Amino acid sequence: MNVTEDNTEQCGNSLTRELTQTPLKKIWVPSSTNGLPERHISQRKVCMTNCPTLIVTVGLPARGKTYISKKLTRYLNWIDVPTKEFNVGQYRRECVKIYKSFEFFRPDNEEGLKIRKQCALAALNDVRQFLTDEGGQVAVFDATNTTRERRETIIRFAEQNGFKVFFVESVCEDPDVIAENIVQVKLGSPDYTHCNTEEAVADFMKRIKCYENSYQPLDEELDRDLSFIKIIDVGRRYLVNRVQDHIQSRIVYYLMNIHITPRSIYLCRHGESDLNIKGRIGGDSGLSARGKEFAKALGQFIQSQNIRDLKVWTSQMKRTIQTAEALGVQYEQWKALNEIDAGVCEELMYEEIQQRYPLEFALRDQDKYRYRYPKGESYEDLVQRLEPVIMELERQENVLVICHQAVMRCLLAYFLDKTAEELPYLKCTLHTVLKLTPMAYGCKVESVCLNVDAVNTHRDRPSNVDVSRLPEEALLTVPDHH
Amino acid sequence: MRGASRSKNTQDLDKRVCMTNCPTLIVTVGLPARGKTYISKKLTRYLNWIDVPTKEFNVGQYRRECVKIYKSFEFFRPDNEEGLKIRKQCALAALNDVRQFLTDEGGQVAVFDATNTTRERRETIIRFAEQNGFKVFFVESVCEDPDVIAENIVQVKLGSPDYTHCNTEEAVADFMKRIKCYENSYQPLDEELDRDLSFIKIIDVGRRYLVNRVQDHIQSRIVYYLMNIHITPRSIYLCRHGESDLNIKGRIGGDSGLSARGKEFAKALGQFIQSQNIRDLKVWTSQMKRTIQTAEALGVQYEQWKALNEIDAGVCEELMYEEIQQRYPLEFALRDQDKYRYRYPKGESYEDLVQRLEPVIMELERQENVLVICHQAVMRCLLAYFLDKTAEELPYLKCTLHTVLKLTPMAYGCKVESVCLNVDAVNTHRDRPSNVDVSRLPEEALLTVPDHH
Repeated sequence: MNVTEDNTEQCGNSLTRELTQTPLKKIWVPSSTNGLPERHISQRKVCMTNCPTLIVTVGLPARGKTYISKKLTRYLNWIDVPTKEFNVGQYRRECVKIYKSFEFFRPDNEEGLKIRKQCALAALNDVRQFLTDEGGQVAVFDATNTTRERRETIIRFAEQNGFKVFFVESVCEDPDVIAENIVQVKLGSPDYTHCNTEEAVADFMKRIKCYENSYQPLDEELDRDLSFIKIIDVGRRYLVNRVQDHIQSRIVYYLMNIHITPRSIYLCRHGESDLNIKGRIGGDSGLSARGKEFAKALGQFIQSQNIRDLKVWTSQMKRTIQTAEALGVQYEQWKALNEIDAGVCEELMYEEIQQRYPLEFALRDQDKYRYRYPKGESYEDLVQRLEPVIMELERQENVLVICHQAVMRCLLAYFLDKTAEELPYLKCTLHTVLKLTPMAYGCKVESVCLNVDAVNTHRDRPSNVDVSRLPEEALLTVPDHH
Repeated sequence: MRGASRSKNTQDLDKRVCMTNCPTLIVTVGLPARGKTYISKKLTRYLNWIDVPTKEFNVGQYRRECVKIYKSFEFFRPDNEEGLKIRKQCALAALNDVRQFLTDEGGQVAVFDATNTTRERRETIIRFAEQNGFKVFFVESVCEDPDVIAENIVQVKLGSPDYTHCNTEEAVADFMKRIKCYENSYQPLDEELDRDLSFIKIIDVGRRYLVNRVQDHIQSRIVYYLMNIHITPRSIYLCRHGESDLNIKGRIGGDSGLSARGKEFAKALGQFIQSQNIRDLKVWTSQMKRTIQTAEALGVQYEQWKALNEIDAGVCEELMYEEIQQRYPLEFALRDQDKYRYRYPKGESYEDLVQRLEPVIMELERQENVLVICHQAVMRCLLAYFLDKTAEELPYLKCTLHTVLKLTPMAYGCKVESVCLNVDAVNTHRDRPSNVDVSRLPEEALLTVPDHH
């Protein structure tokens, strides 16, 4: 076996490049001449798609297009598909500073039509920039797009730029749903800050009317060559046509699992554990005395909330199960909710990690989201592992999830649309329950501290993350422990 | 997995989403030669693999048991009173077995595979389900593409017991007339008339889908699965990494590189792949060094999946079987007692592996030609899915080093071609020893350990 100049081994006629493991994510990649990893795009997840995807909403006003756009964008970003939404209404508000009335949307309002077209084109231009120049993978073009003509324009735009197009249409004639929609997101819109409720509703209903006559819904026959999902009556029925690839398949699956039934999701960690008190990470220890107190308090809290049909989920680790046991209700164990695997650092104190693996400790501080423990996991791995949990949470109604610090951070990041940078530093303290209630386009968060003392397990990012830093600098932000 | 059902008590507390409290009756709908049995069998195989006890009930089978010899399409004529009577009896007999499976035998899902083309027949089934507390989900296949139907007939009808006595032309002619018998009374599921039913209508083999009233998690998973499968001809190649340094030492797990022979295999694999001239081949590996090294030798692009990593042996990582017996004799025995469900301390079980591999299977269904370079336990799980193996069989499937399995979907199953690339390697297959009792002697435990250095 000869080792040649370019650091490859030659076995007979074939070349076998040397492999090296990237320090941060522990990915095996071919190394270049100096033994450092080459840039390698072969990693992980399904190749989402080579060309970017343009998702185009279709539907009358107040059919949930923006709700769907924002939610889908949040989900795709969370599973690491760079996505951005482009709401044409926003562009219109920036262009026409003051909204007067529905008359702007009248189909015979030449001036209005001109402005609205310009706004759509401006938005498409930004779409192009995001997908072509800024590394975006999916763009969600959120507008009514109710005419075949407008959709044709978009399709041509996409073809010219090498984007795939996937339409998401929402069709709904249930007056209660539309009315609730208007209350939740239209009354508070910048368009109606100067109106009272009655005026706003009346004007908005007339606005909808402006679109109705020219509305050409996606049609099974006429649009049979397009890729789309038609969502009817908020998910009662779906028509899915020509799913082209993996990402569209995932989008369809996601859209078919979400609902708008009011409910709340409760997130908390297990009660304080014996290893928590010792300042050790990971492991599978039981609850401390205070942890057991918390479990009891949690039971009382849950009772007091009078939650309808509450489902309780735990991980398969002793401390979450012990916590759930105190509630006296049925619960389901999910292996997927287990705490992040710290590999060789399992059950160590931060001080010990600094001592034995100072390089690893620094790398983790440099990029806590992507850093993978040797023989362990990264937050990035966690998100992938938790995706089925999120999908099922979307399907469910009232759920209490008793989990762990890193896991809770990932789930919280999904609901609160946090970035990869923010996620690993979200504050998820022991003995505090977060109640998340979907509201308008986002999530209301209520934090309930159950007043049982516990150690702090939150370690902030220290200022010095350099591998050359002193141990004291590395350990500056380690929380107190016994 | 089939055979993997344990008592309902532990099932409730355990893992996954509680699939559903009431059992589910899946009912196929469609004219003959629309792929109903194909879908039934595939869906059953998938659900069993993800540990939802499922069984299919093909009414045509019941009819063949009842009417020993099939004469001709005349049996299916809508004015054939005798035929109608027998067919109705068969449907009821099948439903009876469905009830027994779902109510008495711990079944979770039953797939009732028949044409069920009239609203009246479907009403009967719905009433039956209501009386027994089963949820109903209809799966209809609608297709008018003559090529698809013709291919269907060639693949699965010509070889049917009904036509053993006919030549191809006769069989096709008869079958086309059989289809005609159903056409006049066919009442497809309708958006309006059937708006209160839960169903998926598959149009033109997946070009389009209409999905109505998905009630719960299992129906949602079924819809997702059905929307990802296709019938485009393709092959899936499965193999392990080349022999590794730890393999030679008889050690399990770890993240070692290829031995000299392993590298030879990688080269031979590259040559084999080239020779096969596969269109648009995708290559997948795990994130462990040995599979990646193997893929590197192919000189083509490949994707790394963490989900394809070998089973985590926890505290037993990098140990020899002899050492496991020495340090953890109880664990070693427990593993032999139930290798599928046994979880290594701080590690995984085959059962965990299957859950981890489900997205890989889903994506394999979407893809066409794929080569998966993985590991022994992982390959066993994937193979069990394609070849419909039970939980008992899965952990003992033979997946030897330096052998490629080429799987090609055919009719209702999968053709397997085994290609040994003629590069020597250690044997890593340990059979179940006869004595699995915790009280056994070390020698008895180690009886089936394969040779190593």
